[in-house]
Amino acid sequence: MTVAIIDSGGSNLRSVAKAIDRLNKSYVITDIADEIMKASFVILPGVGSAKNVMSELKKKNLVDVINNLKQPVLGICIGMQILFEYSAEGNTKCLGLIKGDIQKFDESTDLKVPQMGWNKVTFSDQRLKKFNNYYYFANSYYSSIQKHTTATSEYGEIFTSVVEKNNFLGCQFHPEKSSDAGEFFLQYFFQKS
Amino acid sequence: MARSLKEFSSKNHKIVGSIVDLAKKYSKEGADELVFYDISASTVGATVKKEWVSKISDVINIPFCVAGGIKSIDDARSILNLGADKISINTPALENPKLINQLSKEFGSQCVVIGMDIKTVNNKDYLFAKTGSETTAHSTGINAMEWIKKVQDLGAGEVVINSMNKDGMRNGYDLKLLKKLSSVCNLPMIASGGAGSKEDFINVFKETNIDGALAASIFHSGEYSISQIKSSLLEKKINIRI
Repeated sequence: MTVAIIDSGGSNLRSVAKAIDRLNKSYVITDIADEIMKASFVILPGVGSAKNVMSELKKKNLVDVINNLKQPVLGICIGMQILFEYSAEGNTKCLGLIKGDIQKFDESTDLKVPQMGWNKVTFSDQRLKKFNNYYYFANSYYSSIQKHTTATSEYGEIFTSVVEKNNFLGCQFHPEKSSDAGEFFLQYFFQKS
Repeated sequence: MARSLKEFSSKNHKIVGSIVDLAKKYSKEGADELVFYDISASTVGATVKKEWVSKISDVINIPFCVAGGIKSIDDARSILNLGADKISINTPALENPKLINQLSKEFGSQCVVIGMDIKTVNNKDYLFAKTGSETTAHSTGINAMEWIKKVQDLGAGEVVINSMNKDGMRNGYDLKLLKKLSSVCNLPMIASGGAGSKEDFINVFKETNIDGALAASIFHSGEYSISQIKSSLLEKKINIRI
């Protein structure tokens, strides 16, 4: 069983890789379509901006590859945001796997943008309540509540912290930086099939 | 959003050998972030010891910030590639403020922390540089209020306010300075310098609206564990992650 971590051009994939390592799973960091398609689990990390990540994925011809994956896929932070249709960050058309847009936190208020730090995540499904906890966030953009939102957090307003549709799971927080709670959440992902 | 407790590993020769163990321990005990300072780096023109960065980042699962002599985009990139989430700059930012803007454009403002060593003299707050050693530490004559506004405009993502008047005194954070500076700061602000007891943490969170508190010796000495401090904060109804 291999986990493919998609190399979307960002610099820091090491912490995601180490988190997978700590769960005793083998992984590859790759931008090769074949390796991604063959993996049992796929992680789309996303570092930088939605625009950069999307243009890297296009350049590497990975957009269709990702859109057609049938195994569990986890998008982290910007990796989650690009699962949606559109991001206001750089006016970017995204993968469009999940209905909804990504917008910027309102800076005209007292809100500190980016949101940086630990924030509470609340799951709506009774069976997922055990994952309610603090997780680590570092984001300036967010998705409002959408049809496929499964957990929410509050920062100025209520936003989507976890989204799930079919085999695509996305989290706005960084599970690899979220201590034991993050590890527990990653295990939830790896239980999927 | 929870307020956070940050742990800082200094380049104290007594503990260098066990830094990785300490980092792991603090991560397990509930620290909200680990900051690794090579405080002497800027004083001798060096960059933080790279091997430590990867060794530490491999054993922790919390945000990790690294500071020490980072003077360029390339310095920062290599530290981030080794597993840091943020870089903190102090003296190099004072010497070359444009660096803040360059780093923020390249890596995002969430990556760029500005450390400020501030000494209050006759009610005026000045930025000091090269504070890692007594022989190199000197006032830059830059006013702290002005500097905070400037780093904000240049794209910094967070500021750490270290009071040199309080640092090492272990009799509480510099509440007056923190209140004053937080009134002009829209960035997350972290208090540093002076933690010596549980009450000091309670006071800084109750009395000021800082976002986090950073401490070193109180934890290194083993006097208090991070979980002990967190329980007492929670008892006082301070919103903190447990």
